[in-house]
Order: sequence, then structure tokens, then C-alpha cells
Amino acid sequence: MNRFRFATAAIDVAAAARELRDPAAGGFASFEGWVRDHNEGLAVRRLEYEAFVELAVKEGDRIVAEATHRFPVRHALCVHRVGSLEIGDLAVWVGASAAHRGEAFDACRYIIDEVKHRVPIWKKEHYLNGDSGWVNCERCAAAPRHTDESPHAPCTHG
Amino acid sequence: MSAPPVLALVLAGGASSRMQRDKAAVEYRGERQLDRTCALAARHATEVSVSVRADQAHDPLRARWPLIIDALPGAGPIVGIRSALAHTPGAAWLVLACDLPFLSDAALAHLLDERDPGCLATAYLSAHDGLPEPLCAIWEPEAASALADFQAGGRRCPRKFLTTHRAKLIEPLDHRALDNINTPEEYAEARAILEAPPGTVRMQIRIQYYALMREQAGRSEEAVETRAATPAELYAELCRRHPFTLAQSLVKVAVNGEFRDWTHALAPGDSVVFIPPVAGG
Repeated sequence: MNRFRFATAAIDVAAAARELRDPAAGGFASFEGWVRDHNEGLAVRRLEYEAFVELAVKEGDRIVAEATHRFPVRHALCVHRVGSLEIGDLAVWVGASAAHRGEAFDACRYIIDEVKHRVPIWKKEHYLNGDSGWVNCERCAAAPRHTDESPHAPCTHG
Repeated sequence: MSAPPVLALVLAGGASSRMQRDKAAVEYRGERQLDRTCALAARHATEVSVSVRADQAHDPLRARWPLIIDALPGAGPIVGIRSALAHTPGAAWLVLACDLPFLSDAALAHLLDERDPGCLATAYLSAHDGLPEPLCAIWEPEAASALADFQAGGRRCPRKFLTTHRAKLIEPLDHRALDNINTPEEYAEARAILEAPPGTVRMQIRIQYYALMREQAGRSEEAVETRAATPAELYAELCRRHPFTLAQSLVKVAVNGEFRDWTHALAPGDSVVFIPPVAGG
């Protein structure tokens, strides 16, 4: 079973949760990430997610497998949206079922934290003021450039 | 219904007459061609077997691998392919000649991505003559009976088979990936390229761009001829060509679909993705 996958349309939360049902599970926890209307002081109108799917699915599967071993849960799953999303839309869903609630909560927390840091997914925010930007990428782009004979000097300087 | 699993078959039953020595045993970077090809295949298929003639079954080089011995009358690669299909009914076979020293992970990954289990085979088209290349191809279980009929009709050329039967034929990403080595001269040339010190040989690398870098490059992929020996050198080179703004320290790199260090040695035909800071969730 793929423990991490992408959805190009609205995530069917009820169906995803059903996949984690297990007679030995006494607890189920889930986390939902929603599209927020502001980020770092700017009003957000909508956003787009893009992924390097081949590697993202591999890395996402590894993260869910790590969580499954670390916290022992029965099953865990993460579904992430790609494409264009509006304010309030469900961007990512994480679910875990376990014998007891503690592991289910811990596994969800681990999965969402690691996915945010490790999986090649990018988010472009479109702001109310008409601007747009790739989250975590644009601030470095706006930094003052070094003086160098190359027009694109910042690339090669750590 | 899901597609049949893919097993790998490396063909090592040839006579190597033009090479004047066993092609499976020639070495690149100190590794024998048969072992190189099997190791490559093992990264893309669940099991690897080597196709041999009955009189080669005890050859020490070949016997290190699980063997599928030609079990049908006739000669040539078509017998090897048919023997494999008969060996494990229901499995598809990634069939590889063992004289393709430039074959890369990227080339096999692309072939598997493009696979159509509804055809009898999925194969590359040769960059040289535009004809299908049956010895770097995925042969589906349904090909077994069609190949038997074909051979019963007195024909034995698997290339001819692919041009006359339902096969998915795809363009190679790297024109050199399917170059086969038949003569001592071709071997010397291939060895010079594969064993040259890093940074002295131009090779073709495919690059895919995402997110900010896709916008800055103005494209989602490109193929470049480069002397870059590592992703770090390649990134520096591309920064001179495109208005990238991200310092290398902020970017990660994947080669052939897996995270790698910036000092990873690039090989001809590799597929590289530069990964800007991620923002999932």
C-alpha cells in the first residue's frame, strides 16, 4: 500500500480514514492542513502546490514507514494536494490508527512535521495585492546580490 | 487488474565473434560488463537472471547469477526471451543485452515509466536507425505465444517482430544510452569515455526544474552537454545560463529519482533535479 500519495482533486477524508480501520485499533487521530488567508503579513487569495512526484512519493512513504515503526501504530496515511487551492481548502491530510490514542497523535505529528521539511513539494502563494511568491524561496531571491562578474552570482556563493 | 511484475533478464549467450573475446567479461572501471548490467538491472527489477546457452551454464562468470538456460530449439536472442517467458509464466521481462555499457538508471527508469502492459512489448527506438531495440525492452507475458508463432514461421529477428506486432516504441532520452559494443575498437572508445578522469568528458544530462527554478529557467526540463563531474559543478554551470537566485546551500539535488550529495559522480544519461526549499503541508 502506498502510505503517501497525491490528490489532484478534493481529498475524500472519510474514504482515507476508512483505509486505516483495523479491529486492533482503539484510537484514531488525524491532522488536516488548510489553506489560510494570510502568511507573513500578506493577505493570501489562493495558492498552488507543485511536487516532484517520483521522489516525493518515495520520501513520503519513508516518513510514514518511520512513524509506523517509531510509535507503533497499526496504519498511517498521508494525502497531499497538488494544483490550485482556494482559502479553506484541505491541503494535506494525515491519519493514524493505533491500539491507543497516544501513538496515533504522535505519529500524525511526526508525519506532518517531516513532510513539511523533507518532501519535494512547493507552494506558490497568490496575494490579494496581485503579487505572488514561492514560499521559503523568494526571500533569498530578494537578498542583496554579491558584487561579481557573473550576473547571477548568488547561486554559487554559499 | 494490476500490471504483471517485471523481472530482469540479461542476455549473455552471444558468440561475441566480432569482439574476439567474451563480451560479458570485458571490464569498465574494473567491473565486468555482465556484473555491471546485472547490478543496474537489479536496481529496477525484483529479480535478475542471466540468459545463457546450455554449454555456458558452468562458466564461472555467468554461474554467479541465477541462470535461465535456453530451453527451446533455435539460436539467437529470441530463444533467450522465449525461454524466460516460459520460465516464469505471468511475469513481464525487462530484457537487456549485456553489451550496452552506456545504459543508465535514467534510461531504465524512463522505459519502466513508459511501459504499456497492454502491448506485447515496450521498447526504445534506436537513435541511429530509428528501428526498435528489442534488447533494451520490456516483454509482456502475452508476447510468449506470438513469439512462438513468429519463430514457427521461420523468423528469428526480434527487431522484425517488434515492427510487425503491437509494441509501444519510445524515443530514448540519451542518444548514447543504447550504443552497443561489438568490436575491439568500439570497446576501446567506450572504455576511454567511461574511465576518463571526471570533468574531462562531455556527457548528456537531463535536468528537470520545479517551482521557482522552473519559472527562472523558463522551462520544465532540458538536456545539456556538460563536462560537469558533479551536481555542484552542474549547478554552477546552469547558474551562468539561467537567472537562478538560490544559493547552492539552499538547494538539494536528486539524481535518477533519489537524493544525492553535491559531490555525487554524474554519469552519462543521468537525470538531475535541483530541489529548491520545500514548502509542503
